[in-house]
Amino acid sequence: MGAQKKSGARVSEDPDELVRVPLQAILLADSFTTKFRPITLERPKVLLPLVNVPMINYTLTWLESAGVEEVFVFCCSHSKQVINYLEKSEWLSQPNFTVATIESQNSVSAGDALRVIYERNVIHGDFVLISGDTVSNMSLTQALLEHKERRKKDNNAVMTMVIKRSKPNPAIHQSRLGTDELFMAIDPNTKQLVYYEDRADQSRGTLHLDKSLLVDNPSLSLHHDKQDCYIDICSPEVLSLFTDNFDYQHLRRHFVKGLLVDDIMGYKIFVHEIHSDYAARIDNFRSYDTVSKDIIHRWTYPLVPDVMNFGHTATKLERQGMYRALEISQSQSAVIGPFTVIGSGTKIGNNTKISNSVIGEGCKIGSNVIIEGCYIWDNISVEDGCKLQHAIVCDGVIIKSGAVLEPGVILSFKVVVGPEFVVPPYSKVSLFQQPIKEDSDEELEYADSTSVIGSQVDKSDVEISSKVLETNFSPASQLGMGGAGHVWSTCEGGHEEEWRHSVAPIPKDKILEAIKTMEDDMEFAQDDSFLPPSGELKPNSIDSDDDDHEDSRDDSYYFEKEVEATFLRAVHENIQESHLMLEINSLKLSYNKQTSDCAGALFYAMMKYALDIPHSSADGLLQNVQVVFTKWKKALTSYLNDKDEQIEVILKFEEMCLESANEFAPLFTTILHHLYNDDVIEENAILSWEDEKKDADEADKVFVKQAQKFIQWLKEAPEEDDDEE
Amino acid sequence: MPDVQALVNEFVNLLKKRKIEGSQATAKQTAELLRSVISHQRVPHTNQATSLINAVRAVGEQIIDANPIELSVGNIVRRVLHIIREEDLSLVTDAMAGFGMSATSDDEDDVDRDDQPALSAAAVAAAARSTLRPPSLQTLLEDVTDSAALPPTPSSTGDSDGKSRSVEKGTRGRKLKHDVIEAVNELIQDITSCHEQIAEQAVEHIHQNEVILTLGSSKTVFEFLCAAKEKKRSFKVVVAEGAPRYRGHLLAKELAARGLQSTVIADSACFAMISRVNMVIIGAHAVMANGGVIAPIGLHMVALAAHRHAVPFVVLAGSHKLCPLYPHNPHVLLNELRSPSELLDFGEFSDLMDSATSLGSLYVVNPAFDYVPPDLVSLFITDTGGHNPSYMYRLIADYYSADDLVVKQRPTTGS
Repeated sequence: MGAQKKSGARVSEDPDELVRVPLQAILLADSFTTKFRPITLERPKVLLPLVNVPMINYTLTWLESAGVEEVFVFCCSHSKQVINYLEKSEWLSQPNFTVATIESQNSVSAGDALRVIYERNVIHGDFVLISGDTVSNMSLTQALLEHKERRKKDNNAVMTMVIKRSKPNPAIHQSRLGTDELFMAIDPNTKQLVYYEDRADQSRGTLHLDKSLLVDNPSLSLHHDKQDCYIDICSPEVLSLFTDNFDYQHLRRHFVKGLLVDDIMGYKIFVHEIHSDYAARIDNFRSYDTVSKDIIHRWTYPLVPDVMNFGHTATKLERQGMYRALEISQSQSAVIGPFTVIGSGTKIGNNTKISNSVIGEGCKIGSNVIIEGCYIWDNISVEDGCKLQHAIVCDGVIIKSGAVLEPGVILSFKVVVGPEFVVPPYSKVSLFQQPIKEDSDEELEYADSTSVIGSQVDKSDVEISSKVLETNFSPASQLGMGGAGHVWSTCEGGHEEEWRHSVAPIPKDKILEAIKTMEDDMEFAQDDSFLPPSGELKPNSIDSDDDDHEDSRDDSYYFEKEVEATFLRAVHENIQESHLMLEINSLKLSYNKQTSDCAGALFYAMMKYALDIPHSSADGLLQNVQVVFTKWKKALTSYLNDKDEQIEVILKFEEMCLESANEFAPLFTTILHHLYNDDVIEENAILSWEDEKKDADEADKVFVKQAQKFIQWLKEAPEEDDDEE
Repeated sequence: MPDVQALVNEFVNLLKKRKIEGSQATAKQTAELLRSVISHQRVPHTNQATSLINAVRAVGEQIIDANPIELSVGNIVRRVLHIIREEDLSLVTDAMAGFGMSATSDDEDDVDRDDQPALSAAAVAAAARSTLRPPSLQTLLEDVTDSAALPPTPSSTGDSDGKSRSVEKGTRGRKLKHDVIEAVNELIQDITSCHEQIAEQAVEHIHQNEVILTLGSSKTVFEFLCAAKEKKRSFKVVVAEGAPRYRGHLLAKELAARGLQSTVIADSACFAMISRVNMVIIGAHAVMANGGVIAPIGLHMVALAAHRHAVPFVVLAGSHKLCPLYPHNPHVLLNELRSPSELLDFGEFSDLMDSATSLGSLYVVNPAFDYVPPDLVSLFITDTGGHNPSYMYRLIADYYSADDLVVKQRPTTGS
């Protein structure tokens, strides 16, 4: 088959890679957020099942297959559960792959975790930093190689971030993973990351970049369609950096931004973009849904249910992406739709319809049940006639007959929903009371409450849950007759945003609303789009990277506008010529233009400016032109090294005279003469311009004729010179 | 034998992660793994064959489960089981022949078969004959069940001459193991050299100035074409690129580097090209017992086009690709759906796969294999020569024992 050649190469390549430096990895088995509350009150996030397999398995499997040899699993909240799980699993007894756990109860952020690891002094070389909720099948070889090459050249290249292209939803400014739209500025040549902003102010539709970025980097591409995979290849310095800067908590918000802003130490971060490989981090319920679907659609191959079963019973892939374990009992009349996973030991009753869902092991599903887009974990009983839409249902939940789960509902462990009860959309239900002290900003809490409750649960898991069960729920509790559980109230202001991160699809009206506000913004933006204020670049205008080829005519139009605006700013703010040239150069690169285009555009801008200065007569205008040219000649001539560029300027001038600024028309020859005298344009250029125009239409020759005398003189001039000598 | 278990686990792991690709590499590694399993297996005094078979079966079951679509794993497991049975059989007949000659000796109960007292000279002669002629399905069925279903020798009998017996048994046990390992080595040798064996036949099939069409890339096909080229045949090759992995590009490059004129076409252009083609030569993923072929995706289409234009459709397959199962067998998982990212760029279409908005309606399916039914195949070229599709079952009978077709089934007899 010829395939063995490739595999042979791969197999032999990998060990080579390993022998040189044993690759280490730090796996953070705690996300230090509370986005998965209330579920994470009882079980750590990394152990939550993702398509019936605890998430940490995906991460560990990837690390192993990517050639990592030693993994340190950092456990914080529910650390006992994580350690117990790992001890029971096969991970601790793998050959060539050691997994060690590091436990710390006091850490409240990723920064704390890395500081603890630094103190342990276990990391000796480059390491992979990853969170235990990341699913990927990428090959690390290339990224590692790039990282090492850069390190050789520049010791300050401390980190390589893995990114992937993924289009954000333009209406609601969030990625399909439910995270906010991410803006990154990357040097296209060196792949250095120079700007990172994941919490841009969406309301104004503008983004502020420091002007110095443009000075330092000859070219810059700004992306808003990249997804941060949260896979970082770090040098050991990263750990010491965290220790030095004890206020660094969040990996991105503090560390990455801190390094980018602080240029004293000169540390650099680079990016590695993956194309065909898959990588995504489960950050919230929306990404839980998205990543689950990606797994079912096999984007994560070979991390798919029928290939990697992690010691569970074998699952078979049937038509239309239906995965079924071998031991299930399913009624003849039950309809199981496409893209559904059903775990072993599950019973499904008559006339039940299931589509786009994941059902765990040992569930009992009654008759006439409708399940759509749900994630149902293990040992759940759903009685007859229930209707479940886009919900997450944790282990041991009982849903009594006729109950309805509206989209976005989260039912935590062992909750009981009473018969005929309708759980309202986006509600979160748990046997635990909602912690009273709830930060309004769900992302920023480095959760004192998490660790407190987490450790409590760890220490006396049984005790608490029995206590919870003892608190008698009144017969008609919050969840109907015989129900058990507290409905959590959404924190203040949170309800507005609930739909963004929920498992349920985004309601249509929200999208329409968002599109409407976006259109309003656009109208507003259109007004001042011709003259962007200094330093503020509209994301659209500069973001024309390789893949969206704009109409080139449009492009040059915008380019001219930008040059003009830059020139005017230079004039008004008295900016030095060299700075002006620098800005025009950067525009030239970002629009992918020639020097001649710059010359033309700058010349146009200068003439336009001269025209706009108030003047009474043609003489006044001429005066203006002279003034402008004496002042800015140097900037223009720097683009006029070549005959072609000078011809371009003449052509541009001609065009102007014909179209926009016909006031110049009578002065054409005079100004041309001036340009010649000022050494802006050389004789050769004028002569070849005339030459070029010889075969043109009569209409085009107007100015050639007008300048005929001047040209004649030019032709004769050298002879005169000769005569004089 | 913990080290063997570690080896098995490692191999299972590699198979599961789909890190071993290609039937030849898989077959070779499977054979090597089984060789070490056999050499580490402690052989008891009695029923050595059964204990070896059980050990190989136990390992075989694990590695077949690890990647059910890679049929060559199962093939090699079955081949090795067959080898054990054959070697055991030949040893027993040798021994019997020996005893047949010195039939007067008292030591007759030294033989394993001492519980079958009615060993007539005729039976011995028949067994001796059976070793001489090539094994047929019939003899395999008879003899193998004989030896496999052998109940253990009652150890209580003949304690008196136990010493001499155990010595002799020990040598025999070692001999069986030795022979089996020797035979497995030969098998590995066969797998390694199958390309050359197949390529040797190239000149008989490729004629001057012919146009050959192939799809994707196959080492066997490459060697085959090169062998013909080296024998001074001049011919042209049309290579269909083999979407979505486009291995055909590589093949065309390598062929051109060897001085063969090659033309790359899109897979979808096969039908248009086929009328100019004299022969289609392809490599297979597996050959089923009915002569059907599991081949890289797109080949069914090529086969149909070839059939329509009466162009010979030739399949090259080393004998390790011969699978004794039928494609309708539920144990045969016929296809593997690979990652859709081979087809299209995730980033480009990510907005259409956003299930959160109503746009989420794009699905991509990327199957790896096609099934080409036997009536579309003109000829199989294996390392043993050219065969008709309808002859495949006979080849399979030569290579496999009927008992081993289902590896998973736990043996209920013999121990």
